[in-house]
Amino acid sequence: MKAIPLHDAVALIPDGASLMIGGFMGVGTPHRVIDELLRQGRRGLTVYGNDTARPGVGIGKLISARAVRRAVVTHIGLNPETQQQMLAGETEVDLVPQGTLIERIRAGGFGLGGILTPTGVGTVVEEGKQRLTVDGRDYLVETALRADFALVNCSMADYMGNLAYALTARNFNPVIAMAADTVIVEANHIVPVGVIPPDQVVTPAPVVDYLITND
Amino acid sequence: MDAQTIIARRIAQELQAGMLVNLGVGIPTQVANYVPPGMPIFFQSENGLIGTGPIPEQGMAHATLTDAAGQPVTALPGASTFDSAMSFGLIRGGHLDMTVLGGLQVDEQGRLANWMIPGKMVPGMGGAMDLVVGARRVVVAMQHTAKGRPKIIRQCSLPLTSTRRVDLVVTELAVISFADGRATLLETAPGVSIKDVLANTEASLVVPDHVPSMQL
Repeated sequence: MKAIPLHDAVALIPDGASLMIGGFMGVGTPHRVIDELLRQGRRGLTVYGNDTARPGVGIGKLISARAVRRAVVTHIGLNPETQQQMLAGETEVDLVPQGTLIERIRAGGFGLGGILTPTGVGTVVEEGKQRLTVDGRDYLVETALRADFALVNCSMADYMGNLAYALTARNFNPVIAMAADTVIVEANHIVPVGVIPPDQVVTPAPVVDYLITND
Repeated sequence: MDAQTIIARRIAQELQAGMLVNLGVGIPTQVANYVPPGMPIFFQSENGLIGTGPIPEQGMAHATLTDAAGQPVTALPGASTFDSAMSFGLIRGGHLDMTVLGGLQVDEQGRLANWMIPGKMVPGMGGAMDLVVGARRVVVAMQHTAKGRPKIIRQCSLPLTSTRRVDLVVTELAVISFADGRATLLETAPGVSIKDVLANTEASLVVPDHVPSMQL
């Protein structure tokens, strides 16, 4: 793990990169990273996340700035801009059931090729997918997902990169931290090693590549 | 009593002590207001919380204690928080006793459409597809008609949420069960006749000899 300033961390991300971004309606989203992506003018991004929050909040800022080429999310109902861009064909939006999206990401981070889920069988979600019957029940084959970068927000990171999360800000964060080539962490608090007891560490230090320093 | 209150109060009667329950946005959320006093219920927010409590008092909100709409909530004693994989493991894995969701259409076979109107409203399915597939009991809370047109119809014209049939539909006019695979009228709302229900329902309903009135 390397501790680097915000500017340098975001400079690692090229135009057109695929990003998994933590957060649920902006709660648990790395807001400073998103602001810096916009400041540096990044374009053509593919974003995996639960939702696009609201206009002006979290991933919603990237949508408003037209920095996103493709969004793979579960819900855009609270962001009319995403819906407008989708219906106008300006932004590609793949809508995925929430339990399927998180489990596809988990599979990507856990060395699995995909998962079998009953969710979506017999609906439009099934289109183009393989159906398997196991012990008499039908499942869809849903492939694993990985990204170039995971942009993780946590409540505490220690000097080595062990991470702990707060309440409902956990959501997608520990899962995406396993599923990207490069893991960048924005911590609300950076604390000495030992402050997070070993059994309270949710994301172990070796999976973290960069911890953004508090400037 | 307005339509939403009738629906929420009637669905609250389906709660049993100790249940793990997920409430969707809209009318379903109001069910929490009518939990019988003293009955312990675990309410889940799919963003990663069991033990969801009421909206905090002014100035007492916590930035990382929120519901699935991102709004501040409180946590009751005994609450727990977890990541999204765990949250949907609870939902899909058969650990959720009951889900209450809104609906756009329910068809004769009890299949629900509630996540999009092609070309018009595309909010995304969020957790709805997993909830309908995974919950032990699926209860739909919705108005009986939309702009005067029935929502309980022969066949859903909107994209399905799941092919799994729902267990119960509660509207401001009636309680309809799909437990045996057919739409069966269980109760009517106070002051509503069976004729009123039939006139506002497109699906064919099984009407038992005795149809009691909702006890609200």
